Amino acid sequence: MAKLELRGVVKRFGTNTVCDGIDLDVEQGQMVCLIGASGAGKSTLLRCINLLEPTEDGEIFLDGEDIAVPGLDPQSVRARIGMVFQSYNLFPHMTALENALLAPRRVHGLSRTEAQPDVEALFTRFGLADRMQNYPDQLSGGQQQRVAIVRALAMKPEVMLFDEITSALDPQLVGEVLDVLLQLKDQGMTMVLATHEMGFAREAADKVCFLQDGRIIEEGPPDQVFGSPKRAETKAFLERALK
Amino acid sequence: MTQDKAAGMTRRERFEAQQRRRSLVIAATSTTLVVAALVIFVPMSPGWEKVQKSFFNGAVLAQTFPKLLDAFLINVMIFAWSAPAIAVLGLLIALARDAKSPALFPLRIFGAAFTDVFRGVPVILTVYLIGFGIPGLGLPRPWNSPYIWGSLALILTYSAYVAEIFRAGIDSVHHSQRSAALSLGLSERQMMRDVVLPQAVRNVVPSQMNMLIALQKDVSLLSFIGPVEIFRQAGVFKSLLANFTPYVGAAIIFLFVTIPATRYADYLMSRQMRERR
Repeated sequence: MAKLELRGVVKRFGTNTVCDGIDLDVEQGQMVCLIGASGAGKSTLLRCINLLEPTEDGEIFLDGEDIAVPGLDPQSVRARIGMVFQSYNLFPHMTALENALLAPRRVHGLSRTEAQPDVEALFTRFGLADRMQNYPDQLSGGQQQRVAIVRALAMKPEVMLFDEITSALDPQLVGEVLDVLLQLKDQGMTMVLATHEMGFAREAADKVCFLQDGRIIEEGPPDQVFGSPKRAETKAFLERALK
Repeated sequence: MTQDKAAGMTRRERFEAQQRRRSLVIAATSTTLVVAALVIFVPMSPGWEKVQKSFFNGAVLAQTFPKLLDAFLINVMIFAWSAPAIAVLGLLIALARDAKSPALFPLRIFGAAFTDVFRGVPVILTVYLIGFGIPGLGLPRPWNSPYIWGSLALILTYSAYVAEIFRAGIDSVHHSQRSAALSLGLSERQMMRDVVLPQAVRNVVPSQMNMLIALQKDVSLLSFIGPVEIFRQAGVFKSLLANFTPYVGAAIIFLFVTIPATRYADYLMSRQMRERR
């Protein structure tokens, strides 16, 4: 049984079908990269997995349990799935440390003293120990995005979703964020990324899925998808993306 | 060229210094002209002596000013207990209007009706209706006090406006903040309390400052139902001394409070604009 299994997931905004029957298996500890043009449905798919968007149809299994059942309380699911956004979305009125402490305290009901050691360890691990007391607007983009990752990790999630997390960064800051992803992969985190970083996807992913018009039209190991794509659409996209 | 180097100014700085000198001269000249016109022409008008005697009478001002200040304390008192009540009630109404749960639907209707009614009726009418109407029910002392019911009228009216400002503030928090909070597993309530409201309140502080300033002035409307606050006190002196100067005195006292407060609100507003850029 895969850690995360999507079966025929459909998401519509009005008459616009954004995810048109998506099947996807993510094994425990795997890093899966979703690639494709803007508007192909990558971000929406991630938001559906985290139940930020209600799905129209299809099942999403987390450890075999269908979490896309209409009417299910999304809170307990979201507490198990971490998500990081393109625009960081840190809470500007809180320090980096408070940002990361909020959810463990509110959702897990921990006291500040109970939650703090683990959270501080995360800051230290990702080289942010001296930035904990800073407010988001005192941090660089790369630091903010790393704090956002720490904030999600503070909930000890089983799966992490990353929505184009390097797209808003200056090129020289992209590396420090991708390094964090590699560390997480080494530690066996199950991850799904929507990304435009083709080089990184080719090097680090266990599986690459190419999305077009709300469908996964090609998937496989990175060497195969990037090296010898079967579909003409994939080939055309990669030629444009790697130019 | 050498001279400029000695002055240590760049080409741009020299140009800007020259511009500043120029605008200073123009501003000074035009101000002098306007003030001169006022000082020369106003006293030349036929009614000036009468107006000066009845509105700008130094002796009357000196005689009544201390009493006016005492009466102003009543304004301050009414303001002091109304303002916190308005903040709390306004926030509750704002939250009620945005309540999503179907069980709270009556609260939403109530919130909408509340803001419609109290924003739609002139303050003075609300003060009259509540200030005379409720004590008219024959309530025993001290529950028939115009202080209580007058304050309530102000609280209701101002809460309606303040609630709308809070709602605008809540809307101004970007939806990505909500996504981030929810993705962490927070409930809608926790998201509101810990993430949205703190930012919303901060965003609307300058606008709410303007409401406070307006409230400070509108406290005077309570004079119509009894309390002898500064406006009423000035009226008493006017009848007593057959002179309008006490009104000018009252205006001066108001300005001493409202001008610094307005300046402070403007400062907060411009600081916020800078932060957003």
